[in-house]
Amino acid sequence: MTPTTTPAPAKAFTPQDFHSGLIVRWCPGCGDYAILAAVQKVLSERGKAPHEYAFVSGIGCSSRFPLYMSTYGFHSIHGRALAVATGVKAAAPSQEVWVITGDGDCLSIGGNHFIHALRRNQDLKIILFNNEIYGLTKGQYSPTSRKGLVNKSAPYGVIDEPANPLRLALAAGATFVARTADNDMAHMTEVFRRAAAHKGSAFIEVLQNCVIFNDKVFEEYYGVKTRKDTLIYLHDGQPLLYGKTVERGLRLDGFSFSSVEASGEAKIHVHDEHESTGALANALAGLTHPDYPVPLGVFRQVERPAYHELMYEQVDAARKAYGEPDLAKLLKGPKTWTVS
Amino acid sequence: MSTVTEDGILGNTERHEIKELDSVTILFAGDSGDGMQITGSQFTDASVVFGNDISTFPDFPAEIRAPSGTLAGVSAYQLHFSNHDIRTPGDRVDTLVAMNAAALKKYLPELEKGGILIADKSGFGPNELKKVDYASNPLEDGSLSEYRVVQADITAQTIAAVKPAGLTGRNAERCKNFYTLGIAYYLYDRPLEPTFDEIRKRFAKKEPVIAEANIAAIQAGYNFAHTIELFKVTYRVRRAVFEPGTYRNISGNLATAMGVAAAASRSGRKVFFGSYPITPASDILHELSRLKHFGVLTFQAEDEIAAVASAVGASFGGILGVTCSSGPGIALKSEAINLAVMTELPLVVIDVQRSGPSTGMPTKTEQADLLMALFGRNSDSPIPVIAPATPGECFECIYEAARVAVKYMTPVMFLSDGYLGNGAEPWKIPDAAALKAFNPSWGLDPAGFKPYARNPDTGARPWVPVGTPGLNYRTTGIEKAENSGGISYDPENHQRMTKARFDKVAKIAQEIPATPVFGAQEGDLLVVSWGGTYGATLTAAETVFAQGKKIGHVHLRWLNPLPPDLGSILKRYKKILVPEINVGQLAYHLRGTYGIPVESYARIRGKAFTVGELVTAYHAQLPQGA
Ligand code: SF4
Repeated sequence: MTPTTTPAPAKAFTPQDFHSGLIVRWCPGCGDYAILAAVQKVLSERGKAPHEYAFVSGIGCSSRFPLYMSTYGFHSIHGRALAVATGVKAAAPSQEVWVITGDGDCLSIGGNHFIHALRRNQDLKIILFNNEIYGLTKGQYSPTSRKGLVNKSAPYGVIDEPANPLRLALAAGATFVARTADNDMAHMTEVFRRAAAHKGSAFIEVLQNCVIFNDKVFEEYYGVKTRKDTLIYLHDGQPLLYGKTVERGLRLDGFSFSSVEASGEAKIHVHDEHESTGALANALAGLTHPDYPVPLGVFRQVERPAYHELMYEQVDAARKAYGEPDLAKLLKGPKTWTVS
Repeated sequence: MSTVTEDGILGNTERHEIKELDSVTILFAGDSGDGMQITGSQFTDASVVFGNDISTFPDFPAEIRAPSGTLAGVSAYQLHFSNHDIRTPGDRVDTLVAMNAAALKKYLPELEKGGILIADKSGFGPNELKKVDYASNPLEDGSLSEYRVVQADITAQTIAAVKPAGLTGRNAERCKNFYTLGIAYYLYDRPLEPTFDEIRKRFAKKEPVIAEANIAAIQAGYNFAHTIELFKVTYRVRRAVFEPGTYRNISGNLATAMGVAAAASRSGRKVFFGSYPITPASDILHELSRLKHFGVLTFQAEDEIAAVASAVGASFGGILGVTCSSGPGIALKSEAINLAVMTELPLVVIDVQRSGPSTGMPTKTEQADLLMALFGRNSDSPIPVIAPATPGECFECIYEAARVAVKYMTPVMFLSDGYLGNGAEPWKIPDAAALKAFNPSWGLDPAGFKPYARNPDTGARPWVPVGTPGLNYRTTGIEKAENSGGISYDPENHQRMTKARFDKVAKIAQEIPATPVFGAQEGDLLVVSWGGTYGATLTAAETVFAQGKKIGHVHLRWLNPLPPDLGSILKRYKKILVPEINVGQLAYHLRGTYGIPVESYARIRGKAFTVGELVTAYHAQLPQGA
């Protein structure tokens, strides 16, 4: 890729400073454009220069993303972005590493790496572009496609149960789990800001519209006109309220939520991102349209040491215990004999 | 107390004599739980410290706890020790230690006629005999009359011997391998003290009772053999003459791990080691996990693909990525290796080959991944391939692999095998300070920086540590334009970039010194070998050359690129023979590369060549009566 000169760190950055100059080649109207703009906006506010970031991706429409950034970038192979990023972070622990992935890349071919990166709390900001379809290979169903969807590889309808990315992330022990939507710039930037500030794995599902192969798949509930009634925005420490006139809320009944009138007596649940078991985040992640409002925002945020910190702690401890490495001593080992 | 059965040759009243031998092969075999690997390695250490040359071959079952007393559960350790330079664990066994009927059944065919068999009678009960289909007890039915059989109830004697140390029951019985070791020490006149010291060092603090019991068992076995004159003749193998220097005993996997640590320590950058456990390569991960202070970041990945992909990521990040596996794992890694080929990042891929295909025989050796290493990836994907010849050479070769990977910005495949990885030999310790330097900094000036510019000497592109101001660049597995590295679908550019990747690997030939040829420098037959068959193929060539035949021997370290002088060497002989533990992969490669006829001697049995069979194979290619 063409190298870009990085401005001095003291300078305030503009979103444009984070653009590589390469012409962006997603389909006109693709949700990816908005996500790119949101990321560039958030990075420009953070005071770090482009060279302090690395963007890693696999293969898919969304995976072209790093090529459009002026940061360090690695567009790798299908499904392996999280594994590659793990190595990048280990090699360059002060680098801020973001991973761009899609529903096929992350949950299908890369499913194993997804579980293990989150389990280890790799310090990676992971944006999953979920369009519930394979775009780059031209329209086959993906692991998040809904049952019954008819397309090229499922002419009689999809029979697979769709995967729930948030529930998978929570089960894997992710320390930051959020959802946002490509048609809501303000919400996206806010979620990305939170993710950037999180230490450890930050997993964000973005509902991303593929205008070509799965157009308007989220429209029923994230459409601008109706979304106040069909989405619920999560705010830490705030009651789970929604509706045009904030007339409804979510009440906790046993292990699941019920949607109820938000009258004075109703015990509307107060959202707690830090709830230690993750059970409530899991219950929220299970809410689907049309029975429930679909939650957007941060489901869970807890603190746990990041993997690279533990890795380097061990290296430092070994250095302390054994001193500077002595190669000659290592080669000799415990038992030698000399022939003269 | 047990009885000792003499087999007619041995008499317990005569004074024994000591006979000098040039070399001996001893094989310890027993149930997996009998501790034969420990017995073998203790005997090895004692021989090494004494000053013999040695070569070992541990042979253990794939199952962790195979049913006891079965053939599948037999674990063995073969040791060849001598007063001269040896390179193989021995063709035939002089002394077989069999702790049970299964061990005898499995390894008796390896024992020389007239050889010594030491057997533990308690391992030949009706049950044990039945499990391996012995109709009668071979220790009693006269079927072993061609061997010198020494049998004792080793188990019972061991239990009695360790009682004063305070061990009873199963724990006491477990010391029987040390009792056997004592007998073997007596037979071969080994000093006991070094082993006692070693045991004390290892166990005394944590388990003093075990330490004392083990020592008591060795001493009792030794005394037993001595006082009742178990052997009419005992043997002595004098020190070998080594080149002056300081030596240690080393296995191939340990040498490989130390070579990676050396690369971390000498390159000035850390090394990232991504690996997933697999037989017979896991020991390298174990060793390196203890060497973090050398700047080795070990990462036990969730699978083989993550292991290599994280290593490629680390190389992009700016430190050398290394990954390690055996054949089945390497197959899984091929796509990510190609990512390193395409993005031109350094990477070292360690393949400790094992018998296949598929799961094959995981604990048995083979050198059948050569063509996979050379060609087993999609599209035109050149990769340098290096193969160590001996356990000790694993150190030098892995260091060279790392250095070349960085210098030429390419993945390098390192082909070891189970035989080298687990086998051990005395190793002259190299001078750490004399290791060649790494010099990765090239092309890193932000003014005019081009991520895919090429160093005219090596063809390598610059290696940028991620985070360097002014050098932020993007890379991809998509074809890139020359110099700028931007995505390019231009047909002519693809042709040029493909050629540039091949030229870069071809340039590594400048790292290869002139190829030494053993024996006849021209003539009737040239034997060409590679990898772990070095010891056997060369020893056989020495034998045939000493018989006056016009035979030469060349051993290849680099398989890609091949040494630049190899073509002209091949032309000087009437026939070329390649012995390999595969169906003839190098032979195939040489035919394709040089367009000449090449004979193949292929044996695929999961074990190393014997010198004897190679001598016969060489003769078969030589003119009769010449
Ligand atoms: S195919 Fe769909 S996801 Fe891919 S770029 Fe086009 S609109 Fe976007």
